[in-house]
Amino acid sequence: MKIGAIAGITFKEAKRDRILYLLFFFAALGIVAARVLAVLTVGDRVKIIKDVGLASISIFGVLMAILIGTGLVYKEIDKKTIFTLLSKPVHRAEFILGKFLGLVVTLFVMTSAMALIFLAIVYAHTLKIEGSLLVAVAYIFLELVLITAVAILFSSFSTPILSSLFALAFTLIGHLSWGLELIIRKMRPGAGRTLVQGLYQVLPDLENFNFKTEVVHGLPIPPGIYLSAFLYGVCYTAFILGLAVLIFRRRDFI
Amino acid sequence: MADAIRIEKLQKRFRVGFIPKTREILKGITFSVREGETFGYLGPNGAGKTTTIKCLLGLIRPDAGTIAIFDRPHSQPQSRAALGFLPENPYFYDYLTAREFLAFTADLFGLGRAEKDQRIPRLLKLVGLERAADLPLRKYSRGMLQRAGLAQALVNDPKLVVLDEPLGGMDPLGRKEIRDIIVRFKDEGKTVFFTSHILQDIEMICDRVAIIVGGRIVKEGGLRDLISEKVLFTEVTVSGLPAQTFEGLGESVTTRDDRVLLRVYDEARVDEVVGLVRDRKGRLISLSPRTETLEDIFVDTVTRT
Repeated sequence: MKIGAIAGITFKEAKRDRILYLLFFFAALGIVAARVLAVLTVGDRVKIIKDVGLASISIFGVLMAILIGTGLVYKEIDKKTIFTLLSKPVHRAEFILGKFLGLVVTLFVMTSAMALIFLAIVYAHTLKIEGSLLVAVAYIFLELVLITAVAILFSSFSTPILSSLFALAFTLIGHLSWGLELIIRKMRPGAGRTLVQGLYQVLPDLENFNFKTEVVHGLPIPPGIYLSAFLYGVCYTAFILGLAVLIFRRRDFI
Repeated sequence: MADAIRIEKLQKRFRVGFIPKTREILKGITFSVREGETFGYLGPNGAGKTTTIKCLLGLIRPDAGTIAIFDRPHSQPQSRAALGFLPENPYFYDYLTAREFLAFTADLFGLGRAEKDQRIPRLLKLVGLERAADLPLRKYSRGMLQRAGLAQALVNDPKLVVLDEPLGGMDPLGRKEIRDIIVRFKDEGKTVFFTSHILQDIEMICDRVAIIVGGRIVKEGGLRDLISEKVLFTEVTVSGLPAQTFEGLGESVTTRDDRVLLRVYDEARVDEVVGLVRDRKGRLISLSPRTETLEDIFVDTVTRT
């Protein structure tokens, strides 16, 4: 109930943020512009619309998660509303989880709205509703959930600007870390390879949530991949939130 | 009587500055607040009052020492279930209305719908915010925010109320209303722990006080034990006679228009002054014996420390 109350107030606060609507506007613009782009490009127009549309949802969703997520905890500390909140019988873990859930709900609403516009544009071309596109959107959302946890982790000890940079770096590294796998394959066994292997294990691999290519091109996906990606997302998010709680528990609010 | 708050050897240091320097804010303070009493916590700015309160509420982790709230370690969030807190400056979500804000704080205490529906209108009435209950808090004046703050501190019907400067920023009428509410807490058997710079209010309301200076408790005790009943001097206001008439009887403080304000230190000489006024056909305007006040104790303690 306490987590729900904090999530509710977080949702209320997040939906007042103008950045959210600005990003939503650009995401919608990106999805609609995909139609124009499709007309100008040689090739399968529907595939281009799907590709650009999903990319818009992903990019603007990530920006929403980072820009709003990094500010939420900081604002509570900066405006000192946290004094009123933590002086109640509220555990600091409940505070972090409430903030996290509030932002997840916000992102769910925004992702759903973006997905609706996207599906409508695709429907205008194909005259059918493609459920498989929703699978790709669902995994984009799962990635956003993880990035939200990361944004909250950084904002529990840092300023919004630094937290945004850290969270953005996490996202970029997460999307490029699969390249390490290719490097490992080409390296000879030894200390260097072990080091790169260790690094690959530690770094996030956000490409696990990327089903865009498979969905757009209608490629088959083994069912186990869905499950492992889902579990990867849930476990990684839980780990990051646990870390955020550990750091937040040790903070003094002066 | 059991202790509502028990603080023992509490220490807190902060590292401040670009090249961090350690500053000791609380230097092993010990005191307790008994259940049902109204306790004033005094000290000059920067003495460590707010740091003590923040430690008590779990907002700051002490470096050493223990704090118990109704015999429970303060580190357990549940120890704050019977506690209401009003911060020094009201920091609330300004986009919420007072009614929404009270509902939110009630949720943090896990109150049910029926309890909320019953308590929230009653609290809004108690603090005089009934008519402004549906306005967003950003439209409130400082005094109104203080009232909203007091209402949220009472939403759980607490046994212990912690008030950090509750009378700051209030107009005289508002101050009196809040003071009356605090006095009512005492009648209801609630424990009140509060800080204030307005010593007359503390003197009027509190049973016991503690004075903190430089992170140390320098005085603690019952108000009646600390303040003696002895008359320090008597202030006499006279009109129709020059100040020179009273030479040798008392110290003339001010002379304005036709009036002379005298300070008579020797109680035996007060009768002489009154007799003189009568004999010389002057007029006695007022006569007030001045006993020791909390302010005297406070100023004396802080100056000596």
